[in-house]
Amino acid sequence: MKVKVKFFAILRERAGAGEITREMKEGGTVADLWEALRKDYPRLAPVETRLLYAVNRNYVRPNHILKENDEVVFVPPVSGG
Amino acid sequence: MFRVTKEPLDLQALVSYVTAPEAGAIATFVGTTRNNNEGRKVIALDYEAYPEMAEKELARLGEEAKRKWKIERMAIVHRIGPVAITEPSVIIAVSAAHRDDAFQACRFAIEEIKKSVPIWKKEVFEGGEIWIGMQSGQPLPGR
Repeated sequence: MKVKVKFFAILRERAGAGEITREMKEGGTVADLWEALRKDYPRLAPVETRLLYAVNRNYVRPNHILKENDEVVFVPPVSGG
Repeated sequence: MFRVTKEPLDLQALVSYVTAPEAGAIATFVGTTRNNNEGRKVIALDYEAYPEMAEKELARLGEEAKRKWKIERMAIVHRIGPVAITEPSVIIAVSAAHRDDAFQACRFAIEEIKKSVPIWKKEVFEGGEIWIGMQSGQPLPGR
């Protein structure tokens, strides 16, 4: 199945892309996707900071199971204001 | 009104938006770009948002404020893109029958923005730039 990933802030810079589509196995979790992306984009690997996960514009837990066409965002520490 | 925008912010527009006949108080907060941070000379802040989710999260914290305090209306607008020194990056306006609810809801909103709304700032300073909030706090390699 395919999911859409959007990168923002430091992750966008490190990935060198704002938005990608990636194939993944049915039943995979958002944490599985992050591990796979760290292999696809070696410059993401050093980002050891605590990330939050958002799917379809809601925060989810790392064990959240993804579905076809989900929009996934990995959220580095926010710093608005 | 819960928005992110590339346009300069207008305090009076937010005050007008929250003005209500039932309100006896309007509290506002204006976050501005400071020219220094942790010893660095700051040139500008450059904000980036996940806009659709940021607006949704701003609205969600507005709903939460309405449950916690007796407020009439709330507006939050956050700017994205480069924000020069002295210019506002975020404005919050809250109206309420009484000042205590307005002050508390306003304070709550800015604290929550800093915790949960997907907006990030890059500090551009003399000698480099960094994404604020990253644990390392170090300039990115290769910059």
